[in-house]
Amino acid sequence: MNVPSNLMYTKTHEWVEIIDEKTVRTGLTAYAAENLGDLVFINLPEVGDSVTNGEALGDVESVKAVSDFMSYVTGEVTAVNEQILDEPGTVNGDPFGTWFVEIGNVTEKGELLTPEEYEKVLAEEA
Amino acid sequence: MELKTPLYDCHVAAKGKIVPFAGYLLPVQYEAGVIAEHMAVRQKAGIFDVSHMAEITLKGKDAMANVQNIVTSDCSKLKDGHVKYTTMCYDNGTVVDDLLVYKVSDESILLVVNAANHHKDVEWIKDHLTGDVVMEDISDNVAQIALQGPCSLDIMKKLTDEKNIPSKYYTFTEKCLVAGEECLLSRTGYTGEFGFEIYCGNDSAPVIWNALMEAGKEYGLLPCGLGCRDTLRFEAGMPLYGHEMDDTITPYEAGLGFAVKLEKGDFIGKKALEEKSKPTRTCIGLKMTGRGIAREHQDVYDGDKKIGFTASGSHCPYLNGAYATAILEMPYTALGTKVEVDVRGRRVAAEVVKTPFYVNPDQRKKL
Repeated sequence: MNVPSNLMYTKTHEWVEIIDEKTVRTGLTAYAAENLGDLVFINLPEVGDSVTNGEALGDVESVKAVSDFMSYVTGEVTAVNEQILDEPGTVNGDPFGTWFVEIGNVTEKGELLTPEEYEKVLAEEA
Repeated sequence: MELKTPLYDCHVAAKGKIVPFAGYLLPVQYEAGVIAEHMAVRQKAGIFDVSHMAEITLKGKDAMANVQNIVTSDCSKLKDGHVKYTTMCYDNGTVVDDLLVYKVSDESILLVVNAANHHKDVEWIKDHLTGDVVMEDISDNVAQIALQGPCSLDIMKKLTDEKNIPSKYYTFTEKCLVAGEECLLSRTGYTGEFGFEIYCGNDSAPVIWNALMEAGKEYGLLPCGLGCRDTLRFEAGMPLYGHEMDDTITPYEAGLGFAVKLEKGDFIGKKALEEKSKPTRTCIGLKMTGRGIAREHQDVYDGDKKIGFTASGSHCPYLNGAYATAILEMPYTALGTKVEVDVRGRRVAAEVVKTPFYVNPDQRKKL
């Protein structure tokens, strides 16, 4: 399974790109996208909403399944990828190239995994 | 421990994603995915392993009299070679199961019931038999393959003599050869499309499956999993036990009043159904107008008032929108009524719409 080396990961299969000290972008890993199947609905917060480390910031739904999309940082939503709200299937096509939200004013970061650590998580779930 | 159907190896070879379902290991989807499989059935063709469905035969002089006592429809005028969709009810009028009645003759009848209710149904039927009739549960010896979609007829013509193909919807050919294997060929299905269901012996199933895969290649046929079986039946307004009906819901409440014939004579549940023939709640369709997908068993509201619950809910791939069925109190069942569904703590707007959500008249076309 593809695990890009420039990203950080979570044990619940989100990826987190560290843009700078206070800003991250986050999306869903290829493993999660494949397991959920064709995504048909994504629910995300709006710009200005605050998000909390360890809490769901949105949810993703495939035809038959619903899954929380977790935040592993505490901060404020500074941008939302509106395109995926209209075309959730984009995520299945390019999960690592399709960010969900950008979070700024990050005051707390939770448990983020290195690519090597995340590969171990994948190996355990396989 | 889950059982394997005779087609298990075919699913693995076709890279099916295998899950446990109703005691069997079955593919929820293959490589193409739920949406592509769903669209293949709407536009081309798909095949499904439905060997988990349970088959029960009733034979003897009183076979039809027993069917008439057990089910809510009137099967007395059913012709040989015809099929009827019906329900069987408890004494209190709620549903034991929905089922298909295949009439071979007055003295030989095949019942096809849900896998999830298999053992409950066998016990229920056994406990209510009277007179000269022998019941046999033949489920373990019978495999079932569904071929569904507009190209089904062309594919079937490659594998059987045209005279074997049932010309009318809800009719069947009791004994014929498909791909050289003996089977019962039925013009039925659970997708809303033109198609067939093929009942055969376990050893014949992989032969027929592989022949269908090969014959269907030029038409774009895909193997289809349980995922799209559910989205197809839901989009086409076909009920599923445990959702639109169960042992707390009557056929009238489920919108299956057409399957209850109170005037046919006595049958199990008749007295209760006579009293409950004008229900105060009924199953309707909802189109989600707000952003979100309602799922099964979520509460439905008019403002602060809870008015019912969803029975099924899903994204409908062909219609490309979110829909639900819900059992609502009257008068909220009127078309156009605006309601809200509690989707995991979030209110999502919905509107009562006509069911089935999707209709293809070709499903019933006469050949």
